[in-house]
This record gives sequence, C-alpha cells and structure tokens, in this order.
Amino acid sequence: MSSDNIRYRVVSAIASELISAGLADVIADSAHFKLVASLGSIDDALTRLALDRPDLLIVDAAAVTDLNNLRATLGSDVTLVALVHSYVPLTELRRYDAVLDVAQSRGELIRTLIDAAHAATDDDGSGNNTENNYELSKRETDVLVLVAKGLTNKEIADDLNLSVHTVISHRKNIMHKTGIKSVAGLTMYAMLNKLL
Amino acid sequence: MARFSFDNTSKMSDLLIDFPQLTYLLPRFGLSLGFGDCSVHEVCIRHNVPDDFFLLICAIHATGELPRDIAVESVSPECLVPFLRGSHQYYVAKRLPHIEEHLHHIADLLPVQLHDAFMAFFEDYKRDVDAHFAHEEQRVFPHITALERGERPSDYSIDLFTHNHGNLEDKLNDLMLIIFKYLPEDIPADGDSVEVVGDILQLTGDLHCHSIVEERVMVPYVKRLEANANNS
Repeated sequence: MSSDNIRYRVVSAIASELISAGLADVIADSAHFKLVASLGSIDDALTRLALDRPDLLIVDAAAVTDLNNLRATLGSDVTLVALVHSYVPLTELRRYDAVLDVAQSRGELIRTLIDAAHAATDDDGSGNNTENNYELSKRETDVLVLVAKGLTNKEIADDLNLSVHTVISHRKNIMHKTGIKSVAGLTMYAMLNKLL
Repeated sequence: MARFSFDNTSKMSDLLIDFPQLTYLLPRFGLSLGFGDCSVHEVCIRHNVPDDFFLLICAIHATGELPRDIAVESVSPECLVPFLRGSHQYYVAKRLPHIEEHLHHIADLLPVQLHDAFMAFFEDYKRDVDAHFAHEEQRVFPHITALERGERPSDYSIDLFTHNHGNLEDKLNDLMLIIFKYLPEDIPADGDSVEVVGDILQLTGDLHCHSIVEERVMVPYVKRLEANANNS
C-alpha cells in the first residue's frame, strides 16, 4: 500500500445542482476520494467544517466573493480547489491550490484532484511522504509514543528537540497513515503494535 | 450518493424496501410495523406525526445529506425534540450495549493489558456520549420547549450549543479501524469482530445523520424561535 491508497475527504460547495451532481459522479469513480458532503453554498461548507473535516474543498470560483477570508477560515489543513464553468480572471485562479475546469475529461479532473491532495500531504515538512509508504517513520513513531503517553505538542517538541510545527506535521501524517484521529485511539494503536 | 424521491403519497413499505436503514427510525417516531399498503401520509396521521417532518428525517438518513429541495424552515417542527430524545434513547439503550457485548467477547481474546485498554477505550467513549447527550437533554431541549411555550430566552442560547457541539463519530471510527486493521491476526474474523464492525458502521452513519438534523434543522429552528422571542 502506498500513500496513493489514502482516502481524502472531499466537500463540494456549488450552487448548480447539475454541476454538483456531475462532480459527485466523477469523484465516485475514484477510490482516492470520499465525497462527504455536496453543499449548495460556501457558507454551508464553512459552518460544517468541524463536522465534515474535508481534506479538499471544491468551490464554484465564480461564487467566491472574498478569497482571502475563505482561505483564512479554512486554515492550512484544507486544500482549496476552484471549479470553473464561466470566465474567472487568471489572477484569481492562481490563488487556488488547484483548478478544475468543466471542459476537462473525467481522467483529467481526477488527476488534478490527486495531484492537489498529494501536494498538500507532501508539503508537511516531514520529507517522508515521497517514500509512498504507509509505515510510520522512526520520527513519527517517536511522536506517536509521546502522544499516546498524553504529552502536549509543546512537550513533545521539547522532548524530541523539534519545532511545534514539525510535531503537528508528524501528527497529521500519523493520522493520515493510520486513519486514527483520537488520542485514545492512537494509544490503542501504539499498544497493539507493542510500542508502549 | 443515494437519490431520495419519495413523498407523502408513496407507500410506506416501498420507502422501507428502498432504504431499509430507515426501519430503525420508526420506533423513534412511535410508529409501528404492519402498515400494509398505507401511504406515508396515512401512517403518519394515524400516529400524530407530521409527514413533512418524517420525510425530511427519512431523506437525511437515506442520503446522509440535507435535501436541497425541501425548505427546512417550513417543515412542522413539533416532533423535533421528541424525535431527538428518542434517538438518544435508542443509541444509549439499544446500540451501545449491543456493541459493548461484542467488544467484551473480542477483548476476552486479547492479552490482559490490551483487554483492559480496549475496554477502557469504549468506557471513555460512552462517557463522551453521555456528556454530549446530557448537555442536550438538560440545556438545549428545555430551552426549545420553553421558547415553544412563548417564554423569553433564559440564560441559554443556541450559540453555546453550536460552539460546543463535539463530534461523536471520530472515536467510533477509530474503534472500527483498530478492530479491522490492527487487531492481532489470531483473532478469528468469523465471530464478534465482523459483527461489531457492521454494528459500528451502522451507528456511525446514524450519528452522522443525527448531527445533520441537530446542526441543520434544530439550530436554525431555535435561532428563529430566539429571534421571535427577542422581537416580541
């Protein structure tokens, strides 16, 4: 299994039901993605962020009024993808992580999404994802053990001589690779793998 | 995503044949089986359940989405609180004990240290669920019924709910992953482990829809009630 097998959570926020249904159909073709919600507006998507926890958010670029604000609300964890069906200035589009065009083929759309999703996980600073490996690295294992012991990010950073930012990156990778999100769950995982 | 195209003239039996998972909702509305060829409308009238509300909940549970073509604010809300209470009751009294029983059997096959951690994980989850539901039953629901009686908002506001509404699906999902990905290989799959994964999947899906009902139906409804009370 490689990082290609990681399943990314996708939320779409597109008012047109026709486009939204088409996009859902395209996404359903790929095992890399799980469409967790297809919503009619960006506001809807933002109010449900904590519920849906998307890795990728696909928005209708023509409906975005304040891109800076949207970016700020999403934070760095969500890959923002523009869907383009009518003219949107290139200077606007350059500010998205990826752009889907309604004129593209199924294969092109999925490829664009996969590249965007991988770019986001590779960007975590761990330098480990390029190995396409779902096994935890030595460093990730160190972090996992300390998470399981109940240490905070700051304490882990001090303990391992890392920045808090790097610890958070490792934690994101651990969650992506194991699929486990809660500390209690990670503790169980560590015990089952005889790390504790 | 599944398509939901039933209305109140559809046969109740057709609805349940297409979406068997909706059968679990019937007791929460006080509906019983044996409705022959009656329509959704007829069955609902007989049990004093507004059919528009019933269909909204069915659409959410059938598709995992809030339907776009139903104007949620125009749906009769009087069954909302009894329905949510019924759902809580169902999770706590029926689903969780059922899952726990399977987990005990799985845990019994594990070395003692893992056994204890495994069951502690679930105990911890049950405490989360209890705290989550207790907040809603003790603060949110009385707030709604007071507003419905025309009383002015107390010290509680639905914004507090929105800020604190935690997610009950993540830990269940973790538990499921641990069972089917990370348990020792000598745990037989023909016994409780497969059963419990099915049960957890069903409960996770149900809780997901439950939180859609709370966040997309209940919260806007209470905001309207609060606005009316403040304006009166």
